[in-house]
Amino acid sequence: MSQAIQFDPIRLPDAAEDLRSEVRAFLADNAEHLDRPSRRGFDHEFARKVAAKGWIGLTWPKEYGGQERSFLERYVITEEFLVARAPSQVYFTADRQSGPVILKYGDEELKRQVLPRIIAGECTFAIGMSEPDSGSDLFAAKAKAERTNEGWRLNGTKVWTTAAHEADYMIGLFRTSPATKENRRHGLTQFLVDMKKPGIQTRPILWPNGDHDFNEVVFEDVDLPANHLLGEEDNAWMQATAELAYERSGPERFLETIAVLIELVNLVGPTPDSRAAEGLGRLVAQLFTLRRMSISVAGMLAAGKEPVLEASIVKDLGTVWMQKLPDICRDLGALIDRDLAARQRFEAALTSNMLIAPKLTIQGGTTEILRGIIARGLGLR
Amino acid sequence: MSEMTEIIVDTTRRIFEDLGDPQTIINAKDDSWRAPLWAALDDGGLTRAWADEAAGGAGLSVSDTFEIIRVAGAHAVAVPLVPHLLAVWLCSRAGMALPEGVMTVAAPTGDALPTLAADGTLKGLIGPVAHVDQAGHLAVMAATADGPVAVLVAVDAAMSDPGSDQAGDGLAMVRLDGVTPVASASVDVTAEDVQALGAAMAAMAVAGAFEGALKMCVAYSQDRVAFGRPIAKFQAVQHLLARLAEETAAVVAAAASAAFALETAARPMDAFVDIATAKIRAGEAASEGGLIAHQVHGAIGFTADHPLHRYVQRMWSWRDQFGREAVWAEQLGRHFAAQGGDAFWKTITAA
Repeated sequence: MSQAIQFDPIRLPDAAEDLRSEVRAFLADNAEHLDRPSRRGFDHEFARKVAAKGWIGLTWPKEYGGQERSFLERYVITEEFLVARAPSQVYFTADRQSGPVILKYGDEELKRQVLPRIIAGECTFAIGMSEPDSGSDLFAAKAKAERTNEGWRLNGTKVWTTAAHEADYMIGLFRTSPATKENRRHGLTQFLVDMKKPGIQTRPILWPNGDHDFNEVVFEDVDLPANHLLGEEDNAWMQATAELAYERSGPERFLETIAVLIELVNLVGPTPDSRAAEGLGRLVAQLFTLRRMSISVAGMLAAGKEPVLEASIVKDLGTVWMQKLPDICRDLGALIDRDLAARQRFEAALTSNMLIAPKLTIQGGTTEILRGIIARGLGLR
Repeated sequence: MSEMTEIIVDTTRRIFEDLGDPQTIINAKDDSWRAPLWAALDDGGLTRAWADEAAGGAGLSVSDTFEIIRVAGAHAVAVPLVPHLLAVWLCSRAGMALPEGVMTVAAPTGDALPTLAADGTLKGLIGPVAHVDQAGHLAVMAATADGPVAVLVAVDAAMSDPGSDQAGDGLAMVRLDGVTPVASASVDVTAEDVQALGAAMAAMAVAGAFEGALKMCVAYSQDRVAFGRPIAKFQAVQHLLARLAEETAAVVAAAASAAFALETAARPMDAFVDIATAKIRAGEAASEGGLIAHQVHGAIGFTADHPLHRYVQRMWSWRDQFGREAVWAEQLGRHFAAQGGDAFWKTITAA
């Protein structure tokens, strides 16, 4: 094998567990913001309250307003917010992914302009990757950026862009050169795009239940200043690798449907029959293992490693698991006949989570793409 | 991994590569490999890994002892190292002197516990006990009027009905009626603790077997040519192997976490959630993992002369020991149900 798979046992440090108590107290004080019927929403008041605690950009340098705290402390905030169904969508992408990219590849002016706004909870990001003719095959992207006297001009279309309708910025992948014979991944560049610029049109693409999350974003002669290029021209593919480890291994990759499991525990009650107890025990073991694996990857990231293979394993196992979870709970709960109020809450959680289940193994890298990455890590490709 | 741990792992690996290689064992067709392998493990102090140095042991930590089990699993170990080490642990914990030779262990709980009467004789039918055919002594917990004690029994003195497990090793019910143990002592752990530690060790052995099987599968897929190219180049095969790698990762992570939790646990059941998780997850993984390993190898893997079956059958026999998945899952499920839905997440994060 070309590399060994590493999942050392790592426990969260005391500082992270202390923070957990603080996070739980905060969530209890802000109960009115939690568990809205439709997913994590755009709750700007909540985002400002989280920002006031200093919990956005927690790990970033102090000179841009961050706290320089550890990645494992951030992990605790993320998992507690997910389980409480806190509406973190205003800042979630910026905090997880876009901010770190700007920190790494942005120039000083961009950092000073954007990072403090993210930290203040006032700045929403979208990620511009997929296009009508390129989804999993990311490097087939056609939307282009051409050089102008002042900087760059964008033209093209992005789709399935979550939060584009609320976004202040997008970090998008645009073609700056054709792919080469030797490297079909060559020629793409990352840009920071101000979504309020003229020439950008955002149209909703609705989910099966009518919810608005996805968008199509069309760029027509959108002009960007030169310093909005992030990283190296034509070499975005080299930058993407490390970023993916952060994106793929977090608790959001196995906790999205956890509400159904919690309602199942309420439904079966304190003294379940063997069938329910055994089924519940298996789900707990699977969840517990995923969390241990995810924290192990977080620990490696905190130690400055790039566990790309391990992160892909966590995402595939985690998303497949949370996708099946509502269905398994549906089956385990079917024969329980005891508490009508618990039954109603269970059914409500089941309905909303069955609805989102199909997308969980598509977003952020499909099952098939992830297994290809794992096969490469095994030395098979 | 500490330098000390690396040395232990290297020593163990060298002994298994030299004297316990699965292909060599298959080619031998008899038991002549068995004694030299055990003698080498004994000489290296590995058979008494976690016994105190004062009692003739190596004084290793739980984690280091679990690393030995992991390496043993990665070579589909065919000697009773896992039950022997558990017996060593129980004897040490009870302050009983370690006997010469191979030991095995039984981990009955509740009503299945044998009883030790005031006249010093045992009563009860226990098992199935693994490797009883190779062991000189058997360690087990027994009930007395004053609470549970650890006892050590000479296997010759006990009646057993011979049989074999999935992997072809001795597995038998043992009748203890009228048998006087060679030693008995009170101990600060329960029968459930013995079963829990055994479950964690079995999970780690399965983890090692997964690592060994994955390595074999990857190598075979790169060598075997079909339709004009190595089968590793077919996406269908790549995805099978990716699944095997995922299950390997899950078992390794769960078992390593249980070992880590045991390190600071005053008694094994203090690490209940981690141990139950490891045993359940290892057992579940073995179902799909064993089949994938065979599917990748095709017909050649399903022959007596090929070493693959030693890994797969051993995964499947280890997962049957110290409580199947369903046994641990029911217990784990009851534990979480008793806390209620509102405390569910708190219980997960507190473990």
